[in-house]
Amino acid sequence: MEEGSLLWPDSPESGTRPLFGRALESPTPDSGAGESGHNLESVMMNTEPVPGQSRDTMNIVVVGHVDHGKSTVIGRLMADTNSLPVGKLEQVKARCVQKARPFEYAFLLDALADEQAQGITIDSARCFFRTPRRDYIIIDAPGHLEFLRNMISGASRAQAALLVIDAHEGIRENSRRHGYMLSMLGIRQIVVLVNKMDLVGYDLGVFEEIRRDYAAFLAEIGVTPIDFIPICARDGNNIARRAPWYSGRTVLEHIDSLSSEKTVQSGPLRFPVQDIYKFTEHGDDRRIVAGTVESGEIAVGDPVVFLPSGKRSRVKTLEGFSQPACDRAGAGQATGFTLADELYIRPGEIMSRVEDTPPLVASRLRVSLFWMGKAPMIRGKKYKLKLATCRVSAELREVVRVLNADDLSSQQKQQVDRHDVAECVLETTKPIAFDLVADLPATARFVVVDHYEIAGGGTISGAVAASRSALSDHVARRESGWERSEISAETRALRYRHRSKFIVVSGAPDASNAVAKALEKALFEEGYVAYYLGITSIDHGLDADVIDHAEKREEGVRRLGELARILTDTGQILITNLPDMDRYELEQLRTLNAPNEILVARVGDAAGHEWQPDVSVALDASQAQAVGQIMGHLREEEIILDYVI
Amino acid sequence: MDHLQRLETKSVYILREAYREFKDLCMLWSIGKDSTVMVWLARKAFFGHVPFPLVHIDTHYKIPEMVAYRDRLALDWKLNMVYGENRLALASRQTFPDGRVDRLTCCRSLKTEALRKTLSGEWPRYRMDHDLKQYVVDDPREPFTGVIVGARADEEGSRSKERYFSPRDKDSEWDVGDQPPELWNQFKTDFAPGTHVRIHPLLDWTELNIWEYIEREHIPVVSLYFDQGEGRRYRSLGCYPCTTPVESRSRSVSEIVEELRTGKFSNIAERSGREQDKADGGGLESLRREGYM
Repeated sequence: MEEGSLLWPDSPESGTRPLFGRALESPTPDSGAGESGHNLESVMMNTEPVPGQSRDTMNIVVVGHVDHGKSTVIGRLMADTNSLPVGKLEQVKARCVQKARPFEYAFLLDALADEQAQGITIDSARCFFRTPRRDYIIIDAPGHLEFLRNMISGASRAQAALLVIDAHEGIRENSRRHGYMLSMLGIRQIVVLVNKMDLVGYDLGVFEEIRRDYAAFLAEIGVTPIDFIPICARDGNNIARRAPWYSGRTVLEHIDSLSSEKTVQSGPLRFPVQDIYKFTEHGDDRRIVAGTVESGEIAVGDPVVFLPSGKRSRVKTLEGFSQPACDRAGAGQATGFTLADELYIRPGEIMSRVEDTPPLVASRLRVSLFWMGKAPMIRGKKYKLKLATCRVSAELREVVRVLNADDLSSQQKQQVDRHDVAECVLETTKPIAFDLVADLPATARFVVVDHYEIAGGGTISGAVAASRSALSDHVARRESGWERSEISAETRALRYRHRSKFIVVSGAPDASNAVAKALEKALFEEGYVAYYLGITSIDHGLDADVIDHAEKREEGVRRLGELARILTDTGQILITNLPDMDRYELEQLRTLNAPNEILVARVGDAAGHEWQPDVSVALDASQAQAVGQIMGHLREEEIILDYVI
Repeated sequence: MDHLQRLETKSVYILREAYREFKDLCMLWSIGKDSTVMVWLARKAFFGHVPFPLVHIDTHYKIPEMVAYRDRLALDWKLNMVYGENRLALASRQTFPDGRVDRLTCCRSLKTEALRKTLSGEWPRYRMDHDLKQYVVDDPREPFTGVIVGARADEEGSRSKERYFSPRDKDSEWDVGDQPPELWNQFKTDFAPGTHVRIHPLLDWTELNIWEYIEREHIPVVSLYFDQGEGRRYRSLGCYPCTTPVESRSRSVSEIVEELRTGKFSNIAERSGREQDKADGGGLESLRREGYM
């Protein structure tokens, strides 16, 4: 590396250079104590740093019904751990005096002017406090229903949750809904705070009643909370300081005892492929498969399999920048590697080790999902599903039931409305690789995009066996509406001296492209009606309206299939070149081209491919040999009819 | 894995998502410690390469050492370095140091407007020519639709509300109340044509994390961050007329890490030396709504 030529931050010469000359204005005031008066020695800042190790950090979300006191709990946590900037408390208090309104700890969070104007917390603000154990990022999730998506954004980042219930008002709609969302988001560490105990005269009977009812609700959705704590956030009771009327653990004691681990080191390898890089500048010829290890471990030499394509290879090297050379990477690491074989892999596939339990592959999925979209989720509409690094079109196949988060009663509906939590069946246009939420949440979670917006999220609970795919249903509908010509296929075959065929040449990119074009020429010269259609011609023409490049391939293949159905119906031989076609795309083209016929030729070896071509051409075969081989097959199949003169 | 490694993994993931989804992508490099860490993370994410342009807005009031450092790293790291500026305001001396306008107006014109017009391609861009080792006028200029920015959530109130992928409308305005949801590692990566997006890979990092990472990775930073013997150092870098140093005897990265760990600055805002933040009772927030980074 060339860094040696730079001025290193710790190099001795950096200490001798003068500060850039100009009058130095008044220095910032010395740090002083924050709000004093709390006897909180145990949680003060004077913590022992671990040399060379960054302090542990944990994300905690605070949820609950509106006005039950979430922001007050957070304001208290910040103030009582002395984590506020100096003068902040005084400043907010002074502003309250100015505006003649009583001070509230919640005001500390309202950093944005328009939030204070509305009197509600709009977004999941991040703020920080620290204890001797670690630093905390507290996510304040809005309680208003219309801000559910903000609560979800915040909560999905959390490793633990505080759920606040007003002792006086009791369990409300969002107390339950948020509890349910936490379980769906996979947050297992939940502490329930029963707030405003002062309003019920510190009556622990009221607390016990809420504890009993809410624990019963959580039990129904499979959640066991860590504890329930009666608190009065306004006065700081049982937040950092134990009140005389209580003997259990305080909120701070609890959160300091929670686990901040996110990843599973043991378990099967799951490496969702995020991208494939080849940066050729400066003579770099590495072809790197990049991504993050979600579970398990990967090592140089491991035989690996990519799903859903089923391609196989071996890890040749692990790649990195500014790190010691290593031969293995574990869960939670963003890394990259090269493969022993030159495979065409696409972003979105999941790599696992051949010896590990593979992820499931299916296109019909049983899911739990929550919907945040303004428009309902309906059947027959195309959505984009994003799972790990995979993006695929999907549609709602069936609504099994819609849950009322209030009482968990279920409802029969044909669609999923905003704020609904539903069990449904989704179908993707091609099979995807995934795990079940009970096994590996990281590769079982997905979001649904509707018209550019993330409109829903959910988890996969099972694969559903499909008797007929959505695609074959589509083809059946299309064919029943097809206007048949007066001229039969046989009549056309007699006129043209051949039957129609859709020929896809796949395999080595350049060689297969050359073979496809040579085949068109050879057929044409022998008097047959043949036409070569290059895929890039469609890219910039017919597919020009598909702007989303993630969709481009999928939609491109679909349109090619539909186009093939039309062009083969004219009686001609349509030839195209799709070098990196996978088995699902082949299946899709075959289905879409039906009832007409498809022929697949592959140029080069079958490394890692899982589909069988009709004609297999050796990579070192001459072009004439390759064309001859395919023509031979066409004769054998009686597509071209030599005997008709 | 320790916390820094987790932060690194997440930032790398976000950078790779951005590169995968945006064709016209760039990264803003302010030359400060945060965005320099971000450039380093890009080199991690892309295995030694930075496969998009780095954009710097030159106000011509930057402390000269910053510009020297920028060009040195650009050459050494083979960066695709681009800068833009508000030529008009500079030529007509409509700046705060010239005494013609107030601090906020100066910021709006030399930074916000220059940034907007540089990103949109309306104003000239200057690109480092690695053979000539100097800047040449860059042409043609496509608008950047994805802009990677080094904002951190702990810096200041308005930044704590950011998303990792944050859409801005045509006028760069930020609608804080109506932001898309972000779930797990799924960000908003689908956009109607015409939207542009800010990407924030450093949102979860703190000032201390940045310095710990600089120490761990031996990332070179500009020497203004260190005490040169006068008992002062810069904690946040900007234009010299509006930036003041803090009292500190930290002469090295490890001393800064130590200083931050002891909590010396825990009650003083990091940007307290940045005068424009104080103007108008919340200058940074209104600047950010208009497109300031």
